[in-house]
Amino acid sequence: MITLDNITKTYNKGTVLAVKDISFEVKPGELFGLIGPDGAGKTTLFRILTTLLLADKGRAMVNGFDVVKDYTKIRNSVGYMPGRFSLYQDLTIEENLHFFATVFGTTIKENYALIKDIYQQIEPFKDRRAGKLSGGMKQKLALCCALIHKPAVLFLDEPTTGVDVVSRKEFWEMLARLKAEGITILVSTPYMDEAKLCDRIALIQKGTILSVDNPADIVQSFPGDLYAVQAANTHLLLREARAYEGTETCFAFGDALHVTFRSGVADGLLAHLKTRGLDDATMEKITPGIEDCFIHLLKN
Amino acid sequence: MRQLITFIRKEFLHVFRDRKTLLMLFGLPIAQIVLFGFALSNEIKNSHIAVVDYSKDAVTTKLISKISGSPYFNIQRSLAGAEELNAAFKKGNIKMAVIFPAGFGDDLIHTGKATMQVIADASDPNQATTITNYLTNIVNDFNSDLAQDASQPMQIEPEVQMMYNPELRGAPNFVPGVMALVLMLVCTMMTSVAIVREKELGTMEILLVSPFKPIYIIISKLAPNLLISVVNLIIILVLSDIFLDLPVKGSLLLLVTGTVLFIMTSLSIGLLLSISAKTQQAAMMGSLMGMMLPTMLLTGFLFPIENMPVALQVLSNLVPSRWYFIIIKRVMLKGLGFESVWREMLILTGMCVLLFTISLRQFKIRLQ
Repeated sequence: MITLDNITKTYNKGTVLAVKDISFEVKPGELFGLIGPDGAGKTTLFRILTTLLLADKGRAMVNGFDVVKDYTKIRNSVGYMPGRFSLYQDLTIEENLHFFATVFGTTIKENYALIKDIYQQIEPFKDRRAGKLSGGMKQKLALCCALIHKPAVLFLDEPTTGVDVVSRKEFWEMLARLKAEGITILVSTPYMDEAKLCDRIALIQKGTILSVDNPADIVQSFPGDLYAVQAANTHLLLREARAYEGTETCFAFGDALHVTFRSGVADGLLAHLKTRGLDDATMEKITPGIEDCFIHLLKN
Repeated sequence: MRQLITFIRKEFLHVFRDRKTLLMLFGLPIAQIVLFGFALSNEIKNSHIAVVDYSKDAVTTKLISKISGSPYFNIQRSLAGAEELNAAFKKGNIKMAVIFPAGFGDDLIHTGKATMQVIADASDPNQATTITNYLTNIVNDFNSDLAQDASQPMQIEPEVQMMYNPELRGAPNFVPGVMALVLMLVCTMMTSVAIVREKELGTMEILLVSPFKPIYIIISKLAPNLLISVVNLIIILVLSDIFLDLPVKGSLLLLVTGTVLFIMTSLSIGLLLSISAKTQQAAMMGSLMGMMLPTMLLTGFLFPIENMPVALQVLSNLVPSRWYFIIIKRVMLKGLGFESVWREMLILTGMCVLLFTISLRQFKIRLQ
């Protein structure tokens, strides 16, 4: 449904590299996640795929159309929700939706079934101006507007950034329902915990793809064992755990440390910590998450 | 078509929901015209004038006493000769001088006709017009008195001369100037800001990734500003008729046609600005600096173009308001017809078509 073939894009006459030799494919009906921190090049890729930017090099196809030659055909058949909230703040919810429905040559009625679940949540406020909505409601409205013409492919650029946890969860539930409708979805997010909700993900950093796979396989590919280490004095813990000779990697994750060891020397850490006064230190083996894999891939 | 109508409706919603801007758009021309109207309608009393009487006969004495008896004039001095006049005018002591040539009374009695000279300081054109009108009224009064007494018709003719500003640049210039300025401001600034706002908001991204054609975006952006400008035109014309006593002398249709041409040209300039401006501020500054100043300085309503250095005169040809200014003056103030403004209209049409074509071609179908 979407293919990228060695896409390279630079800004400022080639001085700033945005993305380099990006190639991946999104299959029809797939919920594909583009996972990476801010500035990784996610928005650039979205803009190239939605025909808003021209790549310096490489080819890309969306829904069977070339992003350069057939850009009007792509513009007719995709839905796009840019990263920033991009609706008219001085128009009400209903006016925004009606406007975008008309611009895309359809009516709210015609595709109401598709947005019904989402729209019902914000319908009580339909006469409120979009600028006065909460972050979660804004995103729901933006999604409705991007969906109203029943696009074949949906591009969502960081739809959950700046949205509260509950709304984020709801948002992903909606994406699952849209996927069930057969819509191909490309979504980007800086939140690693959202990665496992995708069918497949591409990890992207500094304009290059680190890995493309389904979340389970990416986790599977994590080499060795991962341990979570905890103690009350987290500062001292981090310093001492890093100082320990057997430690290979050590990163703070919330109130715990995620640690990997050089082969077979895991057992020595607790004893080492105890000699440094961290008597309450505990350690347990855990399954790595996407973020652990991401950090691991970054290290290599 | 339904798409276009919805889009235009949306643009109107933007305009009507932005109360502050709306107030400014309609308040500006009204404030200017009304302010100026009051400045004009102020009655002038006790103006200091000077009298030079070379004749010193019964008629002049009678007329002078009639003038000094009016509440409008205060005869400051009776000068011995015209030489002293210049000095008095320059000092600003007197606003007007009345000169009776030698043999004034004899002329009147023997030929039935005599000419008096009236010189007014027209550096304040409104005041000069008003006081010379007052004086002419007094002289006319005097004439009818004469006609009743005398057996043969006798007529005193005041010959009015304006010093310093013979063309009386003032009200008649001000209204066309305000029209050119306000229309230019509304059309150029509002259009450029309206398009740049979509870029700033990020909605342009969505509009581009839609089946909506760029030409439709442009038309929808222009529509509300065209309407606002036409309403502004009507307000200005009505106000200047009521307050400034400046009715449209020529064909209203011709004036409206010329104005719409000018509006379209200004809209195209706004469009062109919006394409290069990245922020609303930049668009605003661009229209203020790039359009307001040239409009004010090079149109000819503040400074006469013929007095400018040649380089500026050449430059002024590029300013659309210069041509529009000529059209309004000729059609509205002088009541001339199409044959006297067709050249200016043709120039505006050419500018409009050229600018619109360029901006249409420059309109970006992608992001930078």
